[in-house]
Amino acid sequence: MSKTKDILISPIFANNPIALQILGVCSALAVTSSLSVTLVMCIALTTVTTFSNLFISIIRNQVPNNIRIIVQMTIIASLVIVVDQVLKAYAYEISKQLSVFVGLIITNCIVMGRAEAFAMQNPPLPSLLDGIGNGLGYSVVLLFVGFLRELFGSGSLFGVEVLPLITNGGWYYSNGLMLLPPSAFFVIGGFIWLLRTWKKDQVEPAEFTLAKHTK
Amino acid sequence: MASKDSISRTVMVALALCVVCSVVVSSAAVVLKEQQVANAANEKKANILAAAGIAVVDGDLDAAFAQVTPKLVDMATGQFTDAFDTNVYDDVKAAKDPALSVALTGDQDIASIRRQAKIRTVYLVEGDNGLEKVVLPVHGYGLWSTLYGFIALEADLNTVAGLGFYSHAETPGLGGEVDNPRWKAVWNGKQVFGADTSEPLIGLIKGTASPSSKHDIDGLAGATLTSVGVTNLVRFWMGKDGFAPFLANLKAGEA
Repeated sequence: MSKTKDILISPIFANNPIALQILGVCSALAVTSSLSVTLVMCIALTTVTTFSNLFISIIRNQVPNNIRIIVQMTIIASLVIVVDQVLKAYAYEISKQLSVFVGLIITNCIVMGRAEAFAMQNPPLPSLLDGIGNGLGYSVVLLFVGFLRELFGSGSLFGVEVLPLITNGGWYYSNGLMLLPPSAFFVIGGFIWLLRTWKKDQVEPAEFTLAKHTK
Repeated sequence: MASKDSISRTVMVALALCVVCSVVVSSAAVVLKEQQVANAANEKKANILAAAGIAVVDGDLDAAFAQVTPKLVDMATGQFTDAFDTNVYDDVKAAKDPALSVALTGDQDIASIRRQAKIRTVYLVEGDNGLEKVVLPVHGYGLWSTLYGFIALEADLNTVAGLGFYSHAETPGLGGEVDNPRWKAVWNGKQVFGADTSEPLIGLIKGTASPSSKHDIDGLAGATLTSVGVTNLVRFWMGKDGFAPFLANLKAGEA
């Protein structure tokens, strides 16, 4: 039982797909400028990883080895299209803001990576949990980034004003950099730094040591 | 399990997977189509109402939209036309269709839209005393994207009653401030045309416009190119290649 729990929990901090494996960073840059959009993206991605892991795991013994990547892609792409259609029907405003990024879940390395690395070797239930776990790991990082970017970039959280902006007659002068994609890089860098300060075993060994006289 | 990788098995798995996936994808598309089309139509209505400043009561869009009459205008003559059904005609699609649009020359095309639909949809708001407002579609290029929106004019066909963009991809926080309600409110009451000229004078200036000026709108801080784009698109659509002939006809009661 503890192994099952481990599959679900460990991707959140101990083996985070973004922070440790540095996968799926691209969409983290694009969709994190407001929290509500970020949240929908997290739900969409978690749904896709969960079900792609489940379905791929169910048919893993039937899939011929030489077309396995194409099979995975087809399943992932179909799921993404379905998610995109559902968003367009029931979350129209947000799906407009997410625009192409829902479609780009297809190319998100986390989905493909988990399918190939986990679902192809494991039975359906653990694969399903692994999908949820990795989706949550992705979500934790994205929500962290989205929280900081929306708070300091727009002075609001989930669209509710927290720091009144000067342009709306308040006192807070918004940080324009936070609204631009590169700021997500800095924030993710900060997140990885914090995480590795907390969990020292994630720190990679230095690739070289400085010679004594350069210190 | 050697047969798992045989050619016939590979083809079979691939075929079965394709059939299953295509059924799933197409049924999702078909089932959700109605809701999606309704969403897009509602959004357009909401934008037209927002530009015209008509309040939506209890979220009942259709009741509020009953005050608005869509009409088609032939851009060359500036007259109303019945060439198409307003419920079916799509301006944006028509602008891409060579049969339904004209290419603009470099001099004309200040809004960088390349092609213009020959027929456009306008929305009239009529009250007890005749025409109250007219809502005109506008679009043009900003910094990153084409901005699509509506501008509403009062019955004098000169005073702006409202402006709003429903689709753009300008920089959030800079050019994206075209969506800021405080900035949009600046447009209300400004004059499009001067007293003795039919050229549109309205436009964005650098910095904050004086409240007494008739034609100046506050520039968007940190978004010079978006500001220039908005000025150009409004001047294009209010100008002689845009709706000026139609507005002149409408004013003279000959549209």
